[in-house]
Amino acid sequence: MIEVEVTVKNRAGLHTRPAAMLVKLAGKFKCDFFIFKDGYQINGKSIIGVMTLAAEKGSTLTLMFDGEDEAEAAKEIVDLFERGFDEL
Amino acid sequence: MKKKQDILLKGIGASPGIVIGNIFHYKDEYTNIKEISISEKDIEKEIERLKTALKKSELEITKILQFAKEKLPEHQLRIFDAQILMLQDEYFINGIFMRIKSELKNAEFILTDEIRKYQEILIKTVKDDYLRERAFDVEDVKNRVIRNLNIQNLPSKIESSVIIVAKRLSPADTVIFSNNNILGYATDFGGYTSHTAILSRSLNIPCVVGLKEITEMISDDSIMILDGYGGNVIINPSEESINEYKAKLEKHRKFEISLMETSKLPPITIDRREFSVVANVEVPDELDFALSQGTDGIGLYRTEQMVIYKGSFPSEEEQYLAYRQVADKMNPRPVTFRTFDVGGDKVLPSNYQENNPFLGWRGIRISLEKPEIFLNQLRALLRASVNGNVKIMFPMISTLSEIKKAKEYVELAKKQLDEKKIPYDKDIKVGVMIEVPSAAVLANLIAKEVDFISIGTNDLIQYLLAVDRGNVLVSHLFQEFDPSVIRTVKFIIDEAHKAGQKISMCGEMAANPITTMLLIALGLDEFSVVPSRIPEIKKIIQSVTVDECKKVLENVLSMDEATTIKNYLEKSTKEKFPDFILDD
Repeated sequence: MIEVEVTVKNRAGLHTRPAAMLVKLAGKFKCDFFIFKDGYQINGKSIIGVMTLAAEKGSTLTLMFDGEDEAEAAKEIVDLFERGFDEL
Repeated sequence: MKKKQDILLKGIGASPGIVIGNIFHYKDEYTNIKEISISEKDIEKEIERLKTALKKSELEITKILQFAKEKLPEHQLRIFDAQILMLQDEYFINGIFMRIKSELKNAEFILTDEIRKYQEILIKTVKDDYLRERAFDVEDVKNRVIRNLNIQNLPSKIESSVIIVAKRLSPADTVIFSNNNILGYATDFGGYTSHTAILSRSLNIPCVVGLKEITEMISDDSIMILDGYGGNVIINPSEESINEYKAKLEKHRKFEISLMETSKLPPITIDRREFSVVANVEVPDELDFALSQGTDGIGLYRTEQMVIYKGSFPSEEEQYLAYRQVADKMNPRPVTFRTFDVGGDKVLPSNYQENNPFLGWRGIRISLEKPEIFLNQLRALLRASVNGNVKIMFPMISTLSEIKKAKEYVELAKKQLDEKKIPYDKDIKVGVMIEVPSAAVLANLIAKEVDFISIGTNDLIQYLLAVDRGNVLVSHLFQEFDPSVIRTVKFIIDEAHKAGQKISMCGEMAANPITTMLLIALGLDEFSVVPSRIPEIKKIIQSVTVDECKKVLENVLSMDEATTIKNYLEKSTKEKFPDFILDD
C-alpha cells in the first residue's frame, strides 16, 4: 500500500475536466485507489466520487493506492496532480 | 375532419425561418418519480432494465459527442465526455444495484435518490461556485437515464420533419435532434441567449423560445406553424393561416435576396448622415453569418456564453484564444466585448437563493468582487487587442464608483502584462452599458468617464417600468414604446452628445425596424443588432433623410401612451416601406 499527499495546483480545482482525466487514468490500473480529504473518503475511480470531493485550488488530498501495480499508478497520478492537470 | 382553429402564441424568435409541420412533444422532466415496491423475483428484471437504460444513454451521448465534434468548439464538448464517465462509473452504478436489491424499489426511485444525495453533498459542502455547477451536470445524466427507463420517449424514435415542442431543451437534446432533420424547436422557457437559442442558430434550425405554456396547449396530433423571425407559433392552423404563412415564407425569401444587395453598401442617409450598423453575437460560429449580412463590426460580444457553455469560468488562456479568434476574424472592424454578465436571467446555481436576481448579484457586481476572475478576463481581452480593434465594455453599471473601480482593474491588468512584456493595444477603448436607470440619470458624468456608451434597452425598460419580462403576470406591461422609455433614451443620447461622446444601442429596440427612423432622429450613432436584422436596418437608413425622421420624432414626443406610439410607428414604417415584413 502506498500513501501520498498531493496539493491541487490548477486554478479551477478538480472540476469536470480534471476529474475526468483523473478517473480515466486511474481506470488503467488494477490497484485500488482511494482519495481522502478532510476525513471524507471516495473511490478515485468513480467520477461522481471525485466530483463530490470538490477539491479547490490549494486543497490537500491524501491518495492511497493498494494492489499489484500500485507503484506505477502512484507515480502517474501524482505526476498528473504535479502538472496541474495540464491547466497551469 | 375537425374544424381547425388558430391558437396563436407569442414567444421570442431565437433562430430565423418559417416551418409548418407535425409536432413532437418531448418530455424531459421527471420531477415526479414514483416510489414503487418490487417483489424479490423481479430484482433481476429491474436491474436488467436499468443496465439497458444505462447502455442506451451511453450510446446516445457517444453519438452526440461524435456529432457535436464536427459542429461545436472543443470547450463545449467536455461536458459530454464527463457524462459518459458518469454512466460508466461502476462504484456509483453498483451502489444503485445494491439498493434495488436490498430496498426492493424501482430503478427510477433509487437512481433519483442517489443522485439527489450527491447533489446535496455538492451544494452543501462546496463553497466554490464553479464546482457547485457540477450538481447540474449530474441532473442531465439522470434525466437521460430515466427517459431511457421509460422507452416510449426515446428521442431516436423521433421521425424527421417534426417540430420539437418541449418545456426546455438541454444542449445535448438540441444537438442530437438536429441530426434527425427536424423542422424546428418551440420551448416554454429560454431567452434569446439560452443554450437552445444559441445552438439552434449555429445549427440553422428555426426556433422560438419563451412560449411559456405551449406544452400545455398541444396534443400529439397537433400541427403547428413556427415563425422564427417574429417569434410566433400557431397551433392547429386554419387553411388560411397556412396559406398566409407560406406566402410570408416566400416573401421573406425574396425580400432577403433584395436586401443582400443594399446591405453591402454603407449605412448613410439620403442627406449624407453616416451611421454604423453592427452585430450582437455570442459565439464565434455566428461571425460568418454576421459578415454575410454586411456588418460594420461587432457592437456586443456576449462573453458570458463561454461561462454558460462550460459551466464554469474559463481560464485566461481559453478566453484569450476565443477572443483572439474573434478579433482576428473581424479585423479591421471593431469588436466590443462585454465582460461576463452572469446573474439575472443567466443564473449560476449558487444564485438560486436570491429572491430577486435581477436586482441582485450580477454583471459588474460579480466581476468587482471576484478580482481573480475579472483580471483573467481583462488580461485575455487585452492580449487579444493587439490588432487594435478590441473594445471592452462593462455591463450593469449603476454608479460612477463601479466604473472607476473597473478601470483600475484594467490598469492593473495592463501592468501585469507590462511586467511580463506581453503586448496589447495601449489605446484600448473602455466603455459601459447604460441599462440601469441610475446610470441613465448620470449619463453625462458617465460619458466623461469612459470612451464609449451603449444603451441596453432590454434591462433598461424592465428596470424603468419595474416589470419582470419573464413573469407571465406582468410581462404585458413591458412596453418598449412607453413615453418614459423614449424620453429616457433621448436623455441618454443628448447627455452623451453634450459630453462629446458617440453612442450605441445594443438592445432589442435597436433591432426593431419600426424604431429605426425614431432612433435616427434621436441621433443614435450606432445600431447594434442581431445579425439577421442588419440588412433591414441598413436599408431604412439608406432610404430616409434626417429631416423626415425628425418629423416622426416630433409626433412621437407629442403622444402619451405606449400603444399610440407603437401603432403610429408601425403605420408610418409600413407606409414608407411597404415591402417590409414587420413582426406582429
